[in-house]
Parts: sequence; structure tokens; C-alpha cells
Amino acid sequence: MPTLANYLIASGLLFAAGLGVVMLRRSIIVIFMGLELMLNAANLSLVAFSRYGLVSGHQNYNAQILVFFIISVAAAEVAVGLAIIVSLYRARQTTHVEDLDTLKF
Amino acid sequence: MLLAAFWFFATLMLLFGLSVVLLRNPVSCAMSLVMSFICLAALYVTLDATFIGVIQVLVYAGAVMVLFLFIIMLLDLREEKSRRLNFGATLGGVLVVAAFLSIMTQVILSNPAFAIPTPTLAGPQISDVKMIGMTLFHSFWLPFEVIGVLLLSATVGVVVLSRRTLR
Repeated sequence: MPTLANYLIASGLLFAAGLGVVMLRRSIIVIFMGLELMLNAANLSLVAFSRYGLVSGHQNYNAQILVFFIISVAAAEVAVGLAIIVSLYRARQTTHVEDLDTLKF
Repeated sequence: MLLAAFWFFATLMLLFGLSVVLLRNPVSCAMSLVMSFICLAALYVTLDATFIGVIQVLVYAGAVMVLFLFIIMLLDLREEKSRRLNFGATLGGVLVVAAFLSIMTQVILSNPAFAIPTPTLAGPQISDVKMIGMTLFHSFWLPFEVIGVLLLSATVGVVVLSRRTLR
């Protein structure tokens, strides 16, 4: 049987992959995918804690409800974020972050 | 059996997650992200969270990634042009990720509280969906309603944002 540490390390590696996407990639849409990857890593550790921290013999369902809420908030966030990317593309004709330097000092 | 499933799906999930970093074409990034999410759903099933696994496939691998692919198609994104890599930024990114990984593994491996094996679930199992529904509508009915309002406002916001002219 896998231990809790196995799941937590898998979740941490997935988070690192998402962080790597955000830090290293230059396309705004791929950066957004990296954000999704990081949210899912957090979900995995929540579900692992729910399975390993039993409450009177059952899984801790509060954690799973939190995952449910995170997924629904993430869905709303993706819809709004992609709409922002589309209107950004209309205004600037680019999705490359290095071309968007208006706020740069 | 469970251990083999864990290693198989965790390895596959991390490989697809890594290919999101490495592949240049946004469509291949999105497809490997879909595969990564499906493997993650399988990991949820190995953790006896079948409802969350199903939601993961439906919402993430289904709806969210279709939205991503649709936007990639709409913007007609080509392969990222290989520009000169900003050396400092790349080095900084790799350093931050490496520091995060080393600290995380050290914390998880040094604490014996995380080395516990899977506890066995007690007694006759009530179905996962039933328990989630009971918890959701007993203890979390107010956040559930707020999520409804949030989804509505997100929908309205998307419609406003994607109008041709913003006033």
C-alpha cells in the first residue's frame, strides 16, 4: 500500500511541474495551463489527507467537499481567464508575455 | 495491486506534466495536460474518492480542456517561435523550482507523521456520492449557494468581456 508521503511527493512534483510551466514558458495560454496544474496538485494532496486522516472509520469528507469547491471555482476562473486572453489578443494580436510590457518600469 | 496502480498512474501523470513544460506546440501541451488530468483522476480512485475522480474527468478533462483547445483554435496559435531565451529568467525559474522541490521532499521525508500506511476503512461502506451529498447539504449549504452565485457572475463577466467593444 502506498504511504501518505508517496502521495504528497507525487503532488509536490506535479506542483513543481506547474511552477516550472509558469516560470519558464512564454505563451500566456500555456502559463494558464500551468496554473491549472498547480491547482490540481493541491487537490491531490487534499484528497490524500482525506483518505489517510479517517474520521470515525470514514474518509474525512470535508476535504473532499473542499476539493469539489476548488474545482468549481477553478472552472469559473478558467472561463474568465480565457475571456481575458481573447480580448487581450484582440487588442494586441499577441499571446507572448514578453510583448506585453506596458506595465514594465 | 494498489501500490502498482499508484506507481503506474503517478509516473504517467508526472511524465505528462513534464511534457507540458517541454513541448513547444500549445495543442500538444493541452493534450498532455488532458492525459495528466485523467491519470490524476485514476489516482483519486486509488484513494477511494470515486466521486472526485468522476468530477475530475467531467469538469477538467472534459469541460475545461475543451475550452482551452477551443481558445487555441480560435486564436490560431502556432508553435512558439524559439526566441533567444532570457538566460537570467530561465536560471531563476529553474532555481525556484529546485528550491521548492528540495524543501518539500526534505519536509515530507523527515517527518514520520507522513510515513503512515493506508488505514483500513471501517465497517460497511456507504456510497461515496451519498456521503458527499450529506456533507455538502448538511454542513456546507451556504458555500454551495455562494458557488452558484459565483458561477453566475463568472458567466455574466465572460459575456461582458467577450463583447466586441468594451465601453
